[in-house]
Amino acid sequence: MELAHKIFVAPFWEMSGAPDLFLQVLWEGFVAGTLYSLIALGFVLIFKASGVFNFAQGIMVVFGALSLVGLHQLGVPAWVALALCIGIMFVLAWTVERVVLRPLVNQPDIILFMATIGLSSFLIGLGEFIFGGEPKTMITAELGLPSGAIDFAVAGGFVSLQKIDIAAAVMSAVLVTVLAVFFHKTRIGRALRAVADDHQAAMSVGITLQQIWVIVWFAAGIVALATGIMWGARSDVSFALEIVALKALPVLILGGFTSIPGAIVGGLIIGITEKLAEFYWGPLVGGSIETWIPYFIALLFLWFRPQGLFGEKIIERV
Amino acid sequence: MFYREAGQFKTDYRSDMAVFPILQDRIAIGAILALMFIVVPLVANDFWLNTIFIPTLIFSLAAIGLNILTGYCGQLSLGTGGFMGVGAYSCYKLTSIFPDVNIIIHILASGFFAAGVGVIFGIPSLRIKGFYLAVATLASQFFLEWSFGRIPWLYNYNDSGAIDGVNRSLFGIALTEPYGTPAFQYLVVLSIVVFLTWIASNLVRGRYGRAWMAVRDMDIAAELIGIKLLRTKLLAFAISSYYAGVAGAMMVFLSLGSAEVEVFDIFNASFPILFMVIIGGLGSLIGSFMGAAFITVLPILIRGAPSLFGFEIHAATGEHVQLMMVGGLIIFFLIVEPHGLARLWQIAKQKLRLWPFPY
Amino acid sequence: MSQGSTQTKAADAPGGTAPSMHRDDVPQLHTEVLLDLTNVSLSFGGVKAIRDVSFNILKGEVRAIIGPNGAGKTSMLNVINGFYHPQQGTICYKGKTRRVMRPYIAAGQGIARTFQNVALFKGMTTLDNIMVGRSLKMKRGLFWQILRLGPAEREEIEHREVVEHIIDFLEIQHIRKTPVGKLPYGLQKRVELGRALAMEPDLLLLDEPMAGMNLEEKEDMSRFILTTNDSFGTTIALIEHDMGVVMDLSDRVVVLDHGIKIADGTPDEVSSNHKVIDAYLGVA
Repeated sequence: MELAHKIFVAPFWEMSGAPDLFLQVLWEGFVAGTLYSLIALGFVLIFKASGVFNFAQGIMVVFGALSLVGLHQLGVPAWVALALCIGIMFVLAWTVERVVLRPLVNQPDIILFMATIGLSSFLIGLGEFIFGGEPKTMITAELGLPSGAIDFAVAGGFVSLQKIDIAAAVMSAVLVTVLAVFFHKTRIGRALRAVADDHQAAMSVGITLQQIWVIVWFAAGIVALATGIMWGARSDVSFALEIVALKALPVLILGGFTSIPGAIVGGLIIGITEKLAEFYWGPLVGGSIETWIPYFIALLFLWFRPQGLFGEKIIERV
Repeated sequence: MFYREAGQFKTDYRSDMAVFPILQDRIAIGAILALMFIVVPLVANDFWLNTIFIPTLIFSLAAIGLNILTGYCGQLSLGTGGFMGVGAYSCYKLTSIFPDVNIIIHILASGFFAAGVGVIFGIPSLRIKGFYLAVATLASQFFLEWSFGRIPWLYNYNDSGAIDGVNRSLFGIALTEPYGTPAFQYLVVLSIVVFLTWIASNLVRGRYGRAWMAVRDMDIAAELIGIKLLRTKLLAFAISSYYAGVAGAMMVFLSLGSAEVEVFDIFNASFPILFMVIIGGLGSLIGSFMGAAFITVLPILIRGAPSLFGFEIHAATGEHVQLMMVGGLIIFFLIVEPHGLARLWQIAKQKLRLWPFPY
Repeated sequence: MSQGSTQTKAADAPGGTAPSMHRDDVPQLHTEVLLDLTNVSLSFGGVKAIRDVSFNILKGEVRAIIGPNGAGKTSMLNVINGFYHPQQGTICYKGKTRRVMRPYIAAGQGIARTFQNVALFKGMTTLDNIMVGRSLKMKRGLFWQILRLGPAEREEIEHREVVEHIIDFLEIQHIRKTPVGKLPYGLQKRVELGRALAMEPDLLLLDEPMAGMNLEEKEDMSRFILTTNDSFGTTIALIEHDMGVVMDLSDRVVVLDHGIKIADGTPDEVSSNHKVIDAYLGVA
């Protein structure tokens, strides 16, 4: 009875008792969710176009951020470093296609998956080898990103929004819009969507599969870089972030591996529920439940809707 | 010349179904076992036993477990480390609750706890397939990691939050790390691994093994033949987790001597073991050994290589280079032989069969 | 194990004289209803795959289901072995009206099938594929499987013998230990039939057993199907596009078009039915 009260009543009581705190937690969840969405988005891009479960997406986030900070530390001006990083992401995409994907074409999915785990290990080693392993601070000010917080008075208390978080949310929205336009309005975008459905058909549009892979990996790389900047601004830049990047995985099973809206909505759901659960229910069991609660939420959801958030009902055929 | 099956006729189905139907193979496996049981403990020094032989054998067992689940039954799992942890922590609890029972019984029994947990986390496999399932198995991984860190009862409320080795002996000789000698630990690990490998080979050749492979290759058709999917998959989860659990228990008590949660996390256990299975060969027991040896020895070689060539590198740099090389070699290996070391082994045997007249 | 022993006889039978290809030579009387479908309807979302179809299958007969592409033939088989669940209608099998069905329960009740696009276990050998078909007949539990001594081994050998008879019967000894993924299509179809036969079914559903085969392969397959039917008394329902084959093999034919039954009767009756002719020639 006592326990039931603690689980089912007290947290909600707490929420309504301090609405400012509740909103604050909600906002934290929203911001975390945006970042999960972005990682998941990069993942979905690659999975959709090439069927590769890219485990390295989270590592690419850190690698992008690390390169940016690392280049700046070497004396490169911030904006030039940013441009260089975009270049690095292109080189990475091209190299991955050339060295990893092309030789492994037509191999079972699990082999490609393994290769991307190998790739993550390689990228961690490379990043730390070049720029050093110690945690770094994101060059927020140099890139013209805002800092500080805005406070809103709510119900007798106040909610504090970090400006960088607002910037992150805005940038995510912009990124998603740009990608949507790219996919729906440009010839390459349409070919990319075609390739998701049928490789042969895509080739008849006049773009080779190899080019498409480079493009999606590059696009995923840019998304990763943007995510890395935003994430790096909230904490230090180091490969310790990779464990946080794994948070994007439940987003994927929730939203579906191939659905961009799924990645976005799924990310927000996971981010918000995770922070709420951690804040209101976590103390009951000793905290840190946000490492696994997203997976349970996703699993529970999948149990009732195996096709994911936006998937169509699957009709099995024989 | 010497490797021929010509003239070896099988007159009953029993001999045709044997693990090693060819006489030379039987001789070879006998020789390898003799080598492992007699020569290695006599010849190898403690360093070799502690850093190569014992870890390889323990990881082989975990890899066999994962291979049953992923290679035979087709259910991709990223949660092996968690199940190893369940084995290790339940063995630790068993030793403190029943201090008088033999440690070997504890080790073998702790696998059952892992199997139980494995079955619970295998239930989603009824509705979720492929990579979705792989991500779902991470739920068990993270949940178990969290439990090991946050439930003090599991580590007997130690201040360190770790589980420590206990002093147990077998036949009156101190066995467990750090009290026993590596040679004795090696022999015990080897015996358990050989015994469980024999069981695994029996299972995969029998009706359960066929049912697993049927589910792996085409689950719908398997169901239409009368195979109950959930039961078959859960059995694979149970047995796979049992093997992982025993491996985890051995890792703590016969190799490391103590362990924290990190030993069983995704980067230290789950992924390396998955690599062993893939590099060794999916659906091959012998490949699990090869993969385990490869992944265990590779970092040691990479670490040792620079000093062999006479130059020293900074420790941190060495670690970064090691990460790069392991990652790069894995990709290289997947490209060269995606079917794993077991396939190379088969090809070599085919060639040997024809040698020296390849046409 | 009575079926097991007939299997042995059958294995010897086809070696000598090829069985007759014409059903008319062997007048047979089938009276007992094995499977009875009444007013079955099946739809996926808004698409109606089967509309109000009724027909029955008599014990011991060869029943053909024919019709143009998209007529709902495969869906019909899927309904029969419990893979799809019809929204309306009743299915009565062996005198019992069926409730919610799962494929493995249907298998347990003696319904086996092959598939239009071969559904073999590609990573397994021919032998293992057919051995899988014995799954339901093998009873030894985990304990004996772990040891693989005594009872488990005896059981394994016992079933291996049955499987070897099927392999002999289907003349696929040479590919016994080849992974089926590497076999040509015609042989794969044969292995798939072997896997279904290993279940010793009462009702065997064959989905286009001769699709994509050349004349010789078709003749072989027809021979296997007829021998199965004659020697073991297995009831067979088959979907086939080759009209010659259908006319030769089957006792009775049901014709579907756009999910509706348009004709039902002996091959001669059906082939002279004007609705059937219209359906095949594309007249509305």
